[in-house]
Amino acid sequence: MPAHPKLATEFVKNKERAHWHDQSLWFVRSKRDAASGQIPEWELLREQASKIKSYTVSHLPDLLEEFEKNANAKGVHVHWARDAKEHNEIVHGILKQHNVTKVVKSKSMLTEECHLNPYLERQGIEIIDTDLGERIVQLQNKPPSHLVMPAIHIKKEEIGELFHEKLGTEKGATDPQYLTEAARQHLRQKFIGAEAGITGVNFAIAETGGFVVCTNEGNADLGTSLNKLHIACMGIEKLIPRANDLSVFLRLLARSATGQPITTYSSHFHGPAPGAEMHVVLLDNGRSEIAGSDKFRRSLNCIRCAACMNTCPVYRRSGGYSYNNTVPGPIGSILGPAKDAKEHSSLPFACSLCGSCTDVCPVKIDLHHQLLTWRKEIRVRGLLPFSKRLSMKMMGWMMQAPRLYRFAGKCARAIVPRLPRFLLYNRFNAWGKQRELPDFPKQSFREWMKKNHDNK
Amino acid sequence: MTTSRDEILNRLRSQSVPKTERPDLSAPELTQQWISYDDPAEQFATMLASVGGVCARVKNVDEVNQKLSEIPAYQESKKICSQISNCGTANVEISNVTDPHDFEDIDFAILPGEFAVAENGAVWITNDGGPARTLYFLSQHVALLVPAAEVVQHMHAAYERLSFETPSFGTFMSGPSKTADIEQSLVIGAHGARSLTVFLVENAF
Repeated sequence: MPAHPKLATEFVKNKERAHWHDQSLWFVRSKRDAASGQIPEWELLREQASKIKSYTVSHLPDLLEEFEKNANAKGVHVHWARDAKEHNEIVHGILKQHNVTKVVKSKSMLTEECHLNPYLERQGIEIIDTDLGERIVQLQNKPPSHLVMPAIHIKKEEIGELFHEKLGTEKGATDPQYLTEAARQHLRQKFIGAEAGITGVNFAIAETGGFVVCTNEGNADLGTSLNKLHIACMGIEKLIPRANDLSVFLRLLARSATGQPITTYSSHFHGPAPGAEMHVVLLDNGRSEIAGSDKFRRSLNCIRCAACMNTCPVYRRSGGYSYNNTVPGPIGSILGPAKDAKEHSSLPFACSLCGSCTDVCPVKIDLHHQLLTWRKEIRVRGLLPFSKRLSMKMMGWMMQAPRLYRFAGKCARAIVPRLPRFLLYNRFNAWGKQRELPDFPKQSFREWMKKNHDNK
Repeated sequence: MTTSRDEILNRLRSQSVPKTERPDLSAPELTQQWISYDDPAEQFATMLASVGGVCARVKNVDEVNQKLSEIPAYQESKKICSQISNCGTANVEISNVTDPHDFEDIDFAILPGEFAVAENGAVWITNDGGPARTLYFLSQHVALLVPAAEVVQHMHAAYERLSFETPSFGTFMSGPSKTADIEQSLVIGAHGARSLTVFLVENAF
């Protein structure tokens, strides 16, 4: 699996695009700031959200049982899946039982995590993503690069080209209004023709046995109200104890995600419509292990608003694909290694520890602290690459020898400014890629102190 | 053989997770700090406008009819249906429809909303899950009628009103359907309604 720096290098090669990506996300971050600033009790809300989620995780088995009981009472079928494979088999089983061959799906990162689409396609089922951004990346045969804005990395010219090829829009058309209208017409046919709707779950309520799905496009609602079968797929951490807890989360979610006061549609599903069927698939897939970890438990607070990636200076400049994980950005860099530390060992290092993610997180996950903890874990587990191990070792050795340190500093100050560029800026100096080294000072801090303070 | 259900629950139960308290959201030290507005209806109208919807404060259904007739999208609509008596010139009878697909070509739907939320411009709509539920999402344009007295300050007040004891469907609807998935350009009318007009009606309807 290619490490983050390698994949990021690909992205930053195109300077103009990297800059554009950075600006697009910063724009969303600014909208988030404006929206949260309009709520004087914002910090209080974050506090409550964090407490509710911590309560949930510490009572998870009881709450799951409570949810199951109440959902059953409302006529909802509840399924349990240990892993992605079992999840996909359950979903396929339900579809097969109803002889369904055409499915519309509303945005769901969980089904991305399980690779549900390719699985169902192999079984001969047509599955159409209906969120516009997800449809765009689906037509490209790619995964989303962002939790909330799956196609944030794609230029409208490319979408125009893609739609021309796949949906027959005019060649060269790039107007978002025109392209969205084309997608609306195309997807309306898919909604009308579908026999079942799959959605994700933003929040499931133990007390009521219901769940909430938030969209701006209304695709979850169209996809589930036009047919007789609704399958909702959720991670077990999506649970909240009581319905009125939603007041806190719905105030925080959209404001943190896109700066809207609330998503256009926040739909509460409590049981199937008359004559219809509703299923909920509860997925573990490593979540229970995280629940048991004192260090990383709080990462289960995540409500997938993506505020952390919108603000992350690394994500903004390296793009979602550089993380090579279903969930990218800061939160993905915690969840990824939790799932497979070896495969995702480079992700906790894709972080400048600036702490901005922690500041914006609506459920108060201590993101940058957890990323730092992961770095230690990866070192302890012997998963650091040789180059990092070696340089750390040498650095540690030098730091422990003050004389050697001073001598090395002196040499560097004397020699480096005289070196030709090719010796300084080459593949061994990762720091010098795309930026200049700072000017070397004439004297060290120690020398400066000696001169200006020690004698006074 | 243990089932997946038991395995997941057992694994969770075997862990020693420190038990924490659930906050009491009705405690005065919290509720006193929730935002409130002097004129909630005005705030609702402002928030709805900010997300692309239109709010009209009217006296009665007659006034709604008057305002509707001035909306270009309404004038151009061929198929109109209404769930409010004496409201709109409906030409599709809702009660005869058993398959939601029959609503495919509805241009304008006039529907009830239960209450409105000042804080975020949302209207709570609820439905027994019959075919008419589709109208909120499938119609090209939607108008909601909400009693003017039913505007709550914020989401906390909203959930005080809601209970989910019976099988049901309900949604907070805030503005027309929208997307910004193409280069962050906001486009109104993704899948659902291309426009949303909310009438806050003073008299009973």
